[in-house]
Amino acid sequence: MTTRLWRNLGITIAVTLICLYGVIGVPGSWDELKANLAENIKLGLDLKGGTHLILQVQVQDAVRAEADRVIAQLEADMQAQGVAYQSITRNDPESIEEADSIQITAAGISTDGIAAFREAVEVGLAGEWLLKSSSSDTFELTMRPASLAALKGQAVTQSISTIGNRINGLGLTEPVIQQHGRADAEHEILVQLPGISDPARVMQLLKMSAQLSIQKVLDGPFQSRQLAISQRSGVLPPNSELLPSKPTAAGEPELWFILERTPAITGRDLRNATARRNLEDGQWEAGFSLSREAGQRFGNFTQNNIQNPIATVLDNRIINVATVQNRIEAEGRITGLQQTEATDLALVLRAGALPASVVYLEERTVGASLGADSIRQGVSSAIYGVIFIVVTMLVYYKRSGINAVLALFLNLVILLAVLSYFGFVLTLPGIAGIVLTIGMAVDANVLIFERIREELRAGKGVVGALNAGFGKAVLTIVDTNFTTIIAAGFLFLFGEGPIKGFAITLGVGLMANLFTSVFVSRLIFDMGLSGKKKVEELSI
Amino acid sequence: MQFFGETHIDFIGRRKAFLALSALLIVAGAASLIMKGGPKLGIDFKGGTLVYVKFQQPPDVEKIRAALVGRGLNVATLQPFDDGSELKIDLDLESEVAMTSGKVQIVETLNEVYESEEGKLDFNNAGVEALSDRLLRNSAVAQSSLSSEEVRQAAQALIDYRDQNSGLVGDFSFSGLPGGVAPDILSALQSETYLGAFAVRGVEVVGPKVGRDLQGQALNATLAALGGMLVYIAFRFEWIYGFAAVAAVFHDVLITVGIFSLFDREIELTVIAALLTLVGYSMNDTIVIFDRVRENRKLTRRASLSELLNTSINQTLARTVLTSGLTLIAVLCLFILGGEVLRGFSFALVVGVLVGTYSSIFVASPILLWWQGVTGSKAAGGRRAKGAA
Repeated sequence: MTTRLWRNLGITIAVTLICLYGVIGVPGSWDELKANLAENIKLGLDLKGGTHLILQVQVQDAVRAEADRVIAQLEADMQAQGVAYQSITRNDPESIEEADSIQITAAGISTDGIAAFREAVEVGLAGEWLLKSSSSDTFELTMRPASLAALKGQAVTQSISTIGNRINGLGLTEPVIQQHGRADAEHEILVQLPGISDPARVMQLLKMSAQLSIQKVLDGPFQSRQLAISQRSGVLPPNSELLPSKPTAAGEPELWFILERTPAITGRDLRNATARRNLEDGQWEAGFSLSREAGQRFGNFTQNNIQNPIATVLDNRIINVATVQNRIEAEGRITGLQQTEATDLALVLRAGALPASVVYLEERTVGASLGADSIRQGVSSAIYGVIFIVVTMLVYYKRSGINAVLALFLNLVILLAVLSYFGFVLTLPGIAGIVLTIGMAVDANVLIFERIREELRAGKGVVGALNAGFGKAVLTIVDTNFTTIIAAGFLFLFGEGPIKGFAITLGVGLMANLFTSVFVSRLIFDMGLSGKKKVEELSI
Repeated sequence: MQFFGETHIDFIGRRKAFLALSALLIVAGAASLIMKGGPKLGIDFKGGTLVYVKFQQPPDVEKIRAALVGRGLNVATLQPFDDGSELKIDLDLESEVAMTSGKVQIVETLNEVYESEEGKLDFNNAGVEALSDRLLRNSAVAQSSLSSEEVRQAAQALIDYRDQNSGLVGDFSFSGLPGGVAPDILSALQSETYLGAFAVRGVEVVGPKVGRDLQGQALNATLAALGGMLVYIAFRFEWIYGFAAVAAVFHDVLITVGIFSLFDREIELTVIAALLTLVGYSMNDTIVIFDRVRENRKLTRRASLSELLNTSINQTLARTVLTSGLTLIAVLCLFILGGEVLRGFSFALVVGVLVGTYSSIFVASPILLWWQGVTGSKAAGGRRAKGAA
């Protein structure tokens, strides 16, 4: 054989070995081979089982909260400077689209206080709000667009971080949490959780606002909201709110209490939270510890309220009402939970509260059993496809068919190796892409072989026919594979998850095909011919 | 072995017949689309709740449908597949708020039709944590010598066994489970759990916003891909070839969408992917023929375009038929063996390969000929093509 031939053979063998190694390593046994394969090829959620979620951060919550904070600050400023005013209120944007229309209206500002008010806004609010006067004593504040965008962006970033903490607390392998879509417009988060068996519980966990607070109980319990209001003649005490309790068991009614609005401690004051079993009654509880400064505050609060009831509020529901027995500084607990409830609550308290509520836009869950079935079905269709095609090629093209078959197998090995080395994920449509590649890969060989047959029919000798066949067909092969690769490219750009997997296997498969059908097939023909003085016939 | 030696079929001469056939197919598809009010959109585009459920016994489909409708749910699809023991339930959805409730309502409805046992955990629908929590609460297990970690591992093994057997367990024998089941656990299992009549194996819930987003993405991807291919062909051949190829591809997509409507199949996201693929694939075939035309024109300058086209098609016929045949075998394997999740996708591929091959052989060249006649362009008929290899 010529040097060129040896070189080509060397290249082919090197590529084959490298790819085989990437896919199955160096297995000592059949089991090891399967294990290596499972480790090297990453499976998508639709094959492994798991949940894919898209959440939307309701940034209008964060915007409203910020407006509330600003109102409190302005009111404090005005009172400190003795400026009289009628009211400072805000509008109520309820959806994401309305978030940008947040507006604070300050009415009835006394004439001599206007200058102080202007200063409070322009200096005290660090220029984030723009002031416009709609009449001699009424002003409208709107947020500067840049500040608004920054606030919304921060709500999303913080949500991602908090949700990430909650997911990490679950101990899953390889979860994915990332921003989704256009950051400034979509406010969406993508979460992928492989292998969870109880998606409902996790979805509940991620969605919890987890706003914890401990507040003093002023009045209650009442059987219903209306009863509470009527028993107090329609007037609630200043700085208070009316909240329902969470029934401890199914069928129990919810009770209403009037609580002091300003909380003694909030979730931000927690240093840690753990779930543990109460040895006395066998029930589970979530215990939390307070930061030093909060501990002092809480100590004073409890000292001043001995024998008074206090309520623990989670997400605007009272989950516990207890009477203060003595000064408490360092820790507290929420009792009467099941084990999973306690673990989840502790997890959520540790991870922190969400700055804005989240809404699910999309959920796709594939159970492990469906994933296993999909793998089985996909692989079996691939195997049958390969068998049919191999048989057809051998029957139709006789010995030359072997070239095509060898090239096809190498094509598959290269495809799997690229998936393994680059860490691409194999999805169910990805397996379909492999089957499609098998069907289309032989096209290149067919093109070449038909050309060779034509040249032979036209009277050329074997070597001449081979050269002409390969030569003329190569450009056509490049053209034809290219258009499908373009299609795969656009699918890769626009697609997500499973479709991306399909685009990858199809695109990579076709590119590998360019190599195997031209380079490798030619090599095998050349090797078959080399060393023979004169070749009369070609088995094709 | 050869199917074709040299053939001399007059494709161009008979082109009116083939164009008539195409017109018939397109009209039939269009009629179906109009009568059914447009293409049937899958959950990816219209939003909704889709649930895959497997039953121990083939389900009473009409009873389930009546129960769902009785709850006020909009049932878009209720379809058994595989061996009849699996069901695909698709509900329409109005807003994001209704998102999680659709799934819950389906399960509740099924629990009404197939009675569940009060107070016990449904083993066939339980997760590992729920199962091990329940087992640990059982008094026998609590008093046994098993640690909570061992109970958890046992629960995991039981659930894995169930999932390897298509997600449903019919009895408590667990035959084939390596290591068997510890007797304490087995008895706890029997007293704390029951074997539900059905198992929810997969869920897809798509809110209307995501549905709209995906519609936009699908449209963009399709237009971009078509544009990209047009540019590529114009670069490799000339515009007139590009137009003929794109027209043939349009023809393929129209017929495929029409066939989907005729067969009442849904257009899902994977179907769009299949359509894009078949667009690329159909272009392949057409390019092979046009390549041959270009080559033949260099050899025989004086032949008319019709003769050139006929010759080229005949010369490439063997290759076209064989390749399409092999690709068809591959996608048929996918359609028959690949499972329900891929069914729409593989159906699109099967139809696409058939229609694409048909259009490359019988439709693309007549379009080229007609376009040349209309524009009087000499480029295709007479002079050397620019960019020829």
